[in-house]
Amino acid sequence: MLILIFMNKFVIEVKNVFKSFKDVEAVRGIDLNIPEGQFVAVLGPNGAGKTTLVEMIEGIQKPDRGEILLFGKTWKDNETELRQLIGISLQETRFIDKLTVYETLRLFASFFDLKRDRVCEIIELTGLEEKQKAYTVNLSGGQRQRLALGLALLNEPRILLLDEPTTGLDPTARREVWAILNKLKEKPDASMILTTHYMEEAEQLCDQIIIVDQGRILKSGRLDELLDANNKNLDDLFISLTGRHLNEQTDQD
Amino acid sequence: MNKLIRINQIRFLFLALFKEIIREPGVLFWGIGFPILMSVGLGLAFTQKTDTVRKVAVIIESHTIQNDELKMETISFLDQFGKIDSKGSENLFPYKLTVNDSVLGKNIFMFGRMAWSDAIINLKRGNINLIIIDKKNRAEYHFDPLNPDAQLCYLKLKKLSTHEDLSAIENESEIKPLTVNGMRYIDFLVPGLIAMGVMMACMWGISYGIIEKRGKKLLRRMVATPMKRSHFLIALIGVRLSMNILESLILFIFTYFVFGISILGSLLALIVLFIAGNISFAGIAVFISARTSNTEIGNGLINAIVMPMMILSGIFFSYHNFPDWSIPILQILPLTMFAGGLRSIFLEGGGIKQIALPTLILITIGGVFFGVGLKFFKWH
Ligand SMILES: Nc1ncnc2c1ncn2[C@@H]1O[C@H](COP(=O)(O)OP(=O)(O)OP(=O)(O)O)[C@@H](O)[C@H]1O
Ligand SMILES: [Mg+2]
Repeated sequence: MLILIFMNKFVIEVKNVFKSFKDVEAVRGIDLNIPEGQFVAVLGPNGAGKTTLVEMIEGIQKPDRGEILLFGKTWKDNETELRQLIGISLQETRFIDKLTVYETLRLFASFFDLKRDRVCEIIELTGLEEKQKAYTVNLSGGQRQRLALGLALLNEPRILLLDEPTTGLDPTARREVWAILNKLKEKPDASMILTTHYMEEAEQLCDQIIIVDQGRILKSGRLDELLDANNKNLDDLFISLTGRHLNEQTDQD
Repeated sequence: MNKLIRINQIRFLFLALFKEIIREPGVLFWGIGFPILMSVGLGLAFTQKTDTVRKVAVIIESHTIQNDELKMETISFLDQFGKIDSKGSENLFPYKLTVNDSVLGKNIFMFGRMAWSDAIINLKRGNINLIIIDKKNRAEYHFDPLNPDAQLCYLKLKKLSTHEDLSAIENESEIKPLTVNGMRYIDFLVPGLIAMGVMMACMWGISYGIIEKRGKKLLRRMVATPMKRSHFLIALIGVRLSMNILESLILFIFTYFVFGISILGSLLALIVLFIAGNISFAGIAVFISARTSNTEIGNGLINAIVMPMMILSGIFFSYHNFPDWSIPILQILPLTMFAGGLRSIFLEGGGIKQIALPTLILITIGGVFFGVGLKFFKWH
């Protein structure tokens, strides 16, 4: 068994996964292999199936068909173990309104049997020192996203899964989040999947970019592999693949 | 790592959920202030010996009034009572008849002369419940026969009109007032208020707490960690139980000093029953919040459970006023059993033996609802 895991160089394996809701086919046959240490961006427009895919990897939703392995293990039999190894941030979460930033982190730290030192480290890492005594309900959008990221990082996860960590943030707040994530890259054994609408985010942070639309992977590869003379950026590429813009609202900066 | 109980998780969940409650000022008011106000309001309303004032409309048939129409003092009906105070005609009920009674409190009757249509309006508004038509040599009494107070008013006036002295009839040797502690309305009310408080707090605190956290996707976020699901529920119910103990204690201490409420029965039985009541309502609360993430649906569900029990379980008045066929059904409502058990301890000196059966049933109800609820519980 040990040898098997050792030999397995992929930390995340998604094998021909499907998922439907009533009449919507959210994910239609996705395959994905992510080696240890890789940062992956899942880029796609609204309704592409990004959240559904990520939540299946997180063990929150069950695929209708196909298989998902983390460190070579299925969610079904290894939930307790896998929960210790991953860190997640959902597309939208609100916290307990009248709990402070510190208390919220302390609560989640207790789930991992972590002590207050780790909470203080996270507060420093996410730059929330000044807000640690503020109720979560009074945080700004950017501070809330940084808190969500802090919660995801508490247990020093081997796999980080972030669903749109910067959506709705202004460019400054977005760069603050990028800076935190860039620091994580220094750790060789941490892998990450993040979903985004923003091509700059994918370009800035990720080694591997996966373009999804209507529940399928349209194209994937490193940035330099994806771009060429005709497609000078990811938006151009998306247009040439689908005839549509990546971001209908085109709030690019 | 796979230990059955992880104390640290429970500890911090408990702390977090406890802070969530006590930082919400409204919670403190509705949980602690409101029941006290209710006990004061209802307690004073029903325990104070007050003067009873009854207003009566008098109608004089037109043919009996001749040229002295405006001279109200000559209403012949009122002559029957002897001395009557008059307060001037701008007052709608200018005639006042006071009957002193040292045992039952003063009876004050106020009479006003008016037309039939005005009398009816006053009746509808609840200002009066008796209309007298003065027919020169006899009076006609009009009132709703189903209204006991109107009946009483009629009987008293009838007696008075025959010049019998009311206070002579209701004299002290004949009437022995039962105002011993433990037999007053407030004694009946306080255990009921405690039971109702526990029900409300469990339903709103636990159900609403779960539904709101599910709606915010916080539940989903928490179970995506190694947090044990059972620990979340244990902490949530534990916080509620602690708050309920605190709230009930405050209500009891308050009514102990203000109204002299006391507990005749066994303290151990009280503790056992109190916990059983909490288990029962916590189970129901988990059951109704098992699936929905919509707080408005949650609202409706909670009200659908809480409202009927508040009315039917004999919190404010005995449920024996309901039709006979419904009594057996009402008796198995958890709130009826809980309030009834508390009353038997408070008022009748009940012990473990008296509350064993209700305790067992309450725990069973709680356990069954909790189990079924958990089976269908939606964490994501
Ligand atoms: N619980 C659900 N019930 C019904 N339909 C759903 C559910 N979750 C997702 N869908 C549908 O599945 C499709 C994919 O949704 P998903 O949330 O995965 O998209 P997304 O790429 O994350 O979009 P966005 O960028 O807006 O977050 C959408 O059409 C959505 O309406
Ligand atoms: Mg999404």
